[in-house]
Amino acid sequence: MTGSVDRTRPLVEVRDLTVKFVSRDATTQAVNGVTFALMPGEVLCIIGESGSGKSVTMRALMRLLPEKRTLIGGAMRVGAHDITALDERALRDIRGSQISMIFQEPMTALDPVYTIGDQIAETVMRHEGCTKADGLKRALELLQLVKVPSPERRLKAYPHELSGGLRQRAMIAVAMSCRPSLLLADEPTTALDATVQIQVLVLLRKLQRELGMAVIFVTHDIGVAAQIADKVAVMYAGRIVEYGEVADVLLRPSHPYTIGLLASTVHGQTRGCDIEAIPGSPPDLRREISGCSFAPRCKYTIPACAVDTPAPVELGAGRYACCIRTGQLGVPAAAAAAIA
Amino acid sequence: MTAVAAASRPKLDVAPTVDPRDRGGERQPMLIARSLKKYFPIRGGLLTGKGKEVQVKAVDDVSFAVLKGETLGVVGESGCGKSTLARLLMHLIPKDSGELIFDGEPVGQAQGLSLRDLRRNMQMVFQDSYSSLNPRLPVQESIAYGARAHGTSRGDAKQLARNLLDKVGLEPDQFGARYPHQLSGGQKQRVNIARALALSPRMLILDEAVSALDKSVEAHVLNLLGYLKRHFNLTYLFISHDLSVVRYISDRVLVMYLGQVVEIGPVEEIYANPLHPYAKALLDSRLAMDPRERIEESPIAGDPPNPINPPSGCRFRTRCPFAESICEAKAPALGSAALDEHLVACHMAVPKSGHTKAGTLALH
Amino acid sequence: MGMGNIGLGAAAVGEIAARPASPAVRGYWQSVGNRLRYDYVTLFFLSVIILVALAAIAAPLLAPFDPTKTSMIYRMKPIGFRDFALGTDELGRDMLSRLLWGGRVSLMMGLGPVVLATIIGGFLGVVAGFVGGRVNMAIMRTMDVFYAFPSVLLAVAISGTLGGGLANGMLALTLVFIPSICRVAESATTQVRGLDFVEAARASGASTLSIILTHVLGNVLAPVFIYASSLISVSVLLASGLSFLGLGVTPPTPDWGLMLSTLRTGIYVQPLVCALPGVCIFVTSLSFNLVSDGLRQAMDVKS
Repeated sequence: MTGSVDRTRPLVEVRDLTVKFVSRDATTQAVNGVTFALMPGEVLCIIGESGSGKSVTMRALMRLLPEKRTLIGGAMRVGAHDITALDERALRDIRGSQISMIFQEPMTALDPVYTIGDQIAETVMRHEGCTKADGLKRALELLQLVKVPSPERRLKAYPHELSGGLRQRAMIAVAMSCRPSLLLADEPTTALDATVQIQVLVLLRKLQRELGMAVIFVTHDIGVAAQIADKVAVMYAGRIVEYGEVADVLLRPSHPYTIGLLASTVHGQTRGCDIEAIPGSPPDLRREISGCSFAPRCKYTIPACAVDTPAPVELGAGRYACCIRTGQLGVPAAAAAAIA
Repeated sequence: MTAVAAASRPKLDVAPTVDPRDRGGERQPMLIARSLKKYFPIRGGLLTGKGKEVQVKAVDDVSFAVLKGETLGVVGESGCGKSTLARLLMHLIPKDSGELIFDGEPVGQAQGLSLRDLRRNMQMVFQDSYSSLNPRLPVQESIAYGARAHGTSRGDAKQLARNLLDKVGLEPDQFGARYPHQLSGGQKQRVNIARALALSPRMLILDEAVSALDKSVEAHVLNLLGYLKRHFNLTYLFISHDLSVVRYISDRVLVMYLGQVVEIGPVEEIYANPLHPYAKALLDSRLAMDPRERIEESPIAGDPPNPINPPSGCRFRTRCPFAESICEAKAPALGSAALDEHLVACHMAVPKSGHTKAGTLALH
Repeated sequence: MGMGNIGLGAAAVGEIAARPASPAVRGYWQSVGNRLRYDYVTLFFLSVIILVALAAIAAPLLAPFDPTKTSMIYRMKPIGFRDFALGTDELGRDMLSRLLWGGRVSLMMGLGPVVLATIIGGFLGVVAGFVGGRVNMAIMRTMDVFYAFPSVLLAVAISGTLGGGLANGMLALTLVFIPSICRVAESATTQVRGLDFVEAARASGASTLSIILTHVLGNVLAPVFIYASSLISVSVLLASGLSFLGLGVTPPTPDWGLMLSTLRTGIYVQPLVCALPGVCIFVTSLSFNLVSDGLRQAMDVKS
């Protein structure tokens, strides 16, 4: 429960997380040494494109990856739990109660043969051992909390009877039902219309603040990060290449990939002029990459980049970028270092 | 065709060169759609009513013009009918009523343009999905297919396909014989574009053409589209749910809601100062890239409604903060002024419409 | 910062250059063949089928005796009796020769109807699926009528009405299989028809026939083929059943089903010999079944 969380220590600590998928043909290094910490009540946005490893990182945190062909290395701690050491039963206890997750497609995340009310009540009953009546009462409260109109009627609705935005809110209600201390969100607004997306984001922010919940939000949309994040981690090829406060990373990016990503995102560029796109494509994660994984596409690359994986360069309290040329790019990275 | 004031024409970044196939002249819009309607019947069942036939009014009386050499953006949310509109324009589904005029010639009528000829002039680029290319054909065959269907010989069509692959940035020797599953999303989309260009069309309809791509790949494809437009002297109708992309690529924009056009006009005007309450809510929902510009309250509540049995009168009135009794009684018209001006379908824009705020929406 | 031809080319090539070297270009059928290469169970049973087929084709060369030559002295002899490698039947005819020659008929009655039904049913299904509307209703509802009857009953009824014999038996079986193949083809076609690339083909103004041939058939063939191959084993069984009931070939033409029927009486005398035709039917049918299963696994996977 969020109430009993120690507010001085990070709630989530991940150190050197590696995730390998093993199959007959190849071993894919999906996540290659991810380290971050999250304070209670903080919102971290992991930004990345497809193949960056952002979704895998999050699923690893809840151990939702297929056990047989996944190799997880490193340390993960959420609250008092060492995630890597927990057995299946203990995992099931904390999933849904202390750590909750919401997904991109509510239609697949919600069970189509049960009403919304039943699904929320079931989660509550499972983790708190109360009666069905109490569970439904709580379900009603939650639907009111997530601003579902006519909540009494919606309790008896099935997922397919609700519109996309309402389903997403229902999924959030299910996730909130046991007041988790950590919420994991995997691109929950990507499939939503613009006007619905902003409502869901505003709602999530409000709920997060009211309940003091920490959130890890995975997205490929920088606008989403700007809207709700406190901290931002930019991932590329299985690594975090830049990390820091949202204003620092988005307004004063230090890593060439972040710079390139921001420049190539369509937002207010002049019509008729080409958008500055990052050349090339992400590396094949089945191969061993020597040196910086972004180097082949980077316009600031020097021969030293191909030698070693760049270590994080501290740019201030809780801010780093994994580039050996941080500060030399002639871009406001120097200013960021000066602020520190 | 009413004369169009030169000053109100949108400025294009490159003046279009005259196409030898041009029939109507510079001032003639490339495409005029008038009162297009498409209703889908749903037989009433247990949910909607006993045996009553209910209709999804997917496209309801839509009129607009696409000017030569411009990019007209079409934005709207789920249920607005933009995809249905694209398919109506391409004649992939039959329209219930309305007319289409391509370069001054009515389509599908005896004296006008035949469907086959229309297809040579107007093509569509689909969203990249697993089903946008035939998985059993090498990509150059997929591209060449359209040309061969119109009589081009096998060898010529293959050469054409290879030329187009080159134009879209894919090395023909390396990519021509590949199958779709061997291409990335961005590469498949380039193939989709090449396929659309195989018949040398003058206009392309792009239906969510970049929506499924990663942002960095999207940038490449947008650059490519810009290049192709200039190189082949194309006109674009760009449908997307991504407001920023539409702003970047379009000269004018059309906003749809529940099967109708609510606002149309030059993109900068509309984005800076949207007049229709829905357009304003939609554009205010855009996320900024700057964390200092966070949106604290969402501009509108609720989901885009279902196009089955839309509200009477103005379809937006159930969610509009300015709705009054006139809005329920009478549907506001878009206005029939010159087809390339800034038009709004709202009672507040028309003086003496019966709305307390009639005539207050400023149209420059 | 405008990009001309060269600029675009370089940037685009840049996007692709970073991709790993492309694997050998492989079409769908090649990848199917590749997958089958490692499926040893399927390959084994495929060789069984080939063996049976070859034996049947080469029956005139392999059969030691005339399959119709009777002998009063050597009736119901066991396996290995003198020159009769597999014994003799109730009329003294050599079992091995009869089995070899019988294989021809059984295989023909097994494969023939399925091939015919695939062509006819497949055609009808594709037309129904692509055209839709009233044509679809007309075809599919007709199929439903036939589909309502259990296949064995239908086969017996049609064959019986037409008066038995090899040709009528094959016709009966063909008619039995057409509805189900038609259904598979129709549903696959309907599904493919809604895909974007078919819409794009329609948008390019191609004729319906051209679209069906180029875009639809290639994608519909796989499910139809898989289903049809699973029908072969059923067909072998049904054909044997028809012959067993006397509705197939007329004696003395050897046929496994017919042999089973006539050997019924001798089952207490020479059980092993009398079981032989049944073993042949079983092995053949099973082999087809397993091969079709393996094919389905190889073909169903999206590359």
